[in-house]
Amino acid sequence: MKHIINALVENKPGVLAHVAGMFAARSFNIDSLVVGCTEDPKLSRMTIVVVGDDRVVEQVRKQLAKIIPVVKVQDYVGKPVVARNLMLISVAAPPEKRPEILALIEMFRARVVDIGKKSLMIEVSGPESKIEGFIDVCRPYGIKSLARTGTIAMPRRSKAE
Amino acid sequence: MKNKSSQAASPAAKSLVKPGAQVIVDTLIDLGVDTVFGYTGGVVLPLFDKFYEAPINFIVPRHEQGGCHMADAYARASGKVGIMIATSGPGACNLVTGLATAMMDSIPMVALTGQVRTDLIGNDAFQEADTTGITRPVTKHNCIVKDIKDLERTIREAFHIASTGRPGPVLVDLPVDIEVALIDMGSPAKLELPGYKLRTKGHARQIEMAARAIDQAKRPVLYVGGGVIISNAAQELASLAKNGNLPVTLTLMGLGSFDQTQDNSLDMLGMHGSAYANYAVQESDLLISIGARFDDRVTGNLSTFAPKAKIIHIDIDPASISKNVHVDIPVVGDAKGILKSLAKLVTHQDRSEWFAQIAQWKEKYPFAYNQKEEGILPQYVIDELYRKTKGQATVVTGVGQHQMWATQFYKYSRPRQFISSGGLGTMGFGLPAAIGAQIAKPEAVVVDIDGDHSFNMTLMELPTAVEHQLPIKVMILNNGYMGMVRQWQELFYGKRYSKSYLKNPDYAKVAEAMGAVGMTVQSKADVPQAIETMLAQTNPCVVDFRVVAEENVWPMVPTGKSLNEMDGLELLERLI
Repeated sequence: MKHIINALVENKPGVLAHVAGMFAARSFNIDSLVVGCTEDPKLSRMTIVVVGDDRVVEQVRKQLAKIIPVVKVQDYVGKPVVARNLMLISVAAPPEKRPEILALIEMFRARVVDIGKKSLMIEVSGPESKIEGFIDVCRPYGIKSLARTGTIAMPRRSKAE
Repeated sequence: MKNKSSQAASPAAKSLVKPGAQVIVDTLIDLGVDTVFGYTGGVVLPLFDKFYEAPINFIVPRHEQGGCHMADAYARASGKVGIMIATSGPGACNLVTGLATAMMDSIPMVALTGQVRTDLIGNDAFQEADTTGITRPVTKHNCIVKDIKDLERTIREAFHIASTGRPGPVLVDLPVDIEVALIDMGSPAKLELPGYKLRTKGHARQIEMAARAIDQAKRPVLYVGGGVIISNAAQELASLAKNGNLPVTLTLMGLGSFDQTQDNSLDMLGMHGSAYANYAVQESDLLISIGARFDDRVTGNLSTFAPKAKIIHIDIDPASISKNVHVDIPVVGDAKGILKSLAKLVTHQDRSEWFAQIAQWKEKYPFAYNQKEEGILPQYVIDELYRKTKGQATVVTGVGQHQMWATQFYKYSRPRQFISSGGLGTMGFGLPAAIGAQIAKPEAVVVDIDGDHSFNMTLMELPTAVEHQLPIKVMILNNGYMGMVRQWQELFYGKRYSKSYLKNPDYAKVAEAMGAVGMTVQSKADVPQAIETMLAQTNPCVVDFRVVAEENVWPMVPTGKSLNEMDGLELLERLI
């Protein structure tokens, strides 16, 4: 099962190496890992997607918490969260195919961010399933290149604030 | 301007400004450090200069690995933080084995390493190594100080992290420009560790649940590890075992936490543990683990480990709980407080049936060796040492067969009496560890029960012992082989002794050349006298016992087998 693990870490050199090293040393698999700053300049947030049974993920959580510069660890599994990925995808788009592709872009609420003679660069964001879905529909036209981020996530408030 | 010069003239104000190296030494002294192990080198010259007159007992090993083991054993023997200082590059790299050894056994240590100037870092400078990168997996925490303002706080944090919670080695990397940078020291720096939270007090409801489970158990076993020694909870453990009428088995790291001369002691469990401990664990209906971590050398085949038992696990490290086995009642916290509460809550239960069963196993399968053997059996040497020291020596070991025999034929009765590399199994640990232990306990009789090839790995530390006139005793159980490897080759590789036999030097002559006392013992009849002579020495003494070469350690749980599937039991039965 996929777990989104959120780790608040001290914004210090070596923390990413420490976390990555721990995953490698203990043979835990990382699906994706995203690091970025937070509202507090002293802290960074790592969003790590891990696949494994409950026991493995419990160990991941505990071993993460043991790392001294890791301040807080949360497993979002079973909690209502907003989870998003971002993708840039360059698709072969000869003039005759462009209307079709533009329709797809509309459907996926994606955006064209660059136009070439034979291709379009498209920006898509959303949950992982949507990103995968968009890749699938682009495949028949020919994907020239693709870059995507891992997942970032934030829990939903139980009531509107 | 006037003001400034008057300030400079005041010695009190002037003395507050000091170089980083002085900050380090002063902070160590403020933290109560009186003993430091260290080996000098280019980038730690400023630091070592400040030790020239510092009121600190400074021990220089012959190799950084040896120094690291000394600091480690100093910590194991005293309960204090062991300190090792090394230079950059090769010095720091030589610490790796020692740090990993301390990490696996949760030993509080602080390693300080020199580093090249901050502006050279990353340039492949002379004697540069990515020390924090190399040592990250073998330390509880490590960091590099890049700003003199962080120096004092970082040293204090290193001590705090090393010695609290589940202890472990912490390394601080010190670029040489930080050692010479000047800073005005104010009041002691405050720790800034937002990510380091300790859970020391056990959850009251979990403790109550554990007590109820213990009272209800018909066949309980206390399974005790090094955590009880770290937590200084031997007294509380003894009370719990007494109040609850419970048998106690120990891991290698737990030896000393419970008096093995007591009737309810089952001695060590596991691969080379006692048959009675292993049978008891496999038959138990409740296993109470305290400060132990269900290591594979303890459990044997995990899927058939303690199949009838509910499991209580008391540990300060939440990550240890349910890592290897499913735990029914976890209690996270410091063993001392938890055991104290538990000892009050449990009630005395009549377990005569269970103890009768245990007594039967004990009678049938005690540790034994062939008394009639004409050559010197290694077990006999240890047995004789036990008698001659009345069980009171501090025993240190290398790793291998001799280490296992030291757990089987010497009975320990107090914490910190047995010092051995458990988790990492580091050959060569014995001699430097004996030095560290003797420095921590000058009055103790420190005996290194060693193997010939374990001893070979670090024997260059003998001059360190001679230099400091440490009365350590080294007993080499010399069979010419890497004994444990040979045993496995005999049992599992058709006696093909591939690369496990090496030519040894004459250890008595080596010892004498290095300024120690050396003896060789070739006949069984000479063993008691040799041990007496050895114990009477006031200088380091090495005794080379030429033991029977192909003796095996029994019983043995082969890898992958259950704890109760031990080999060698018929042999033990025949020997009684």
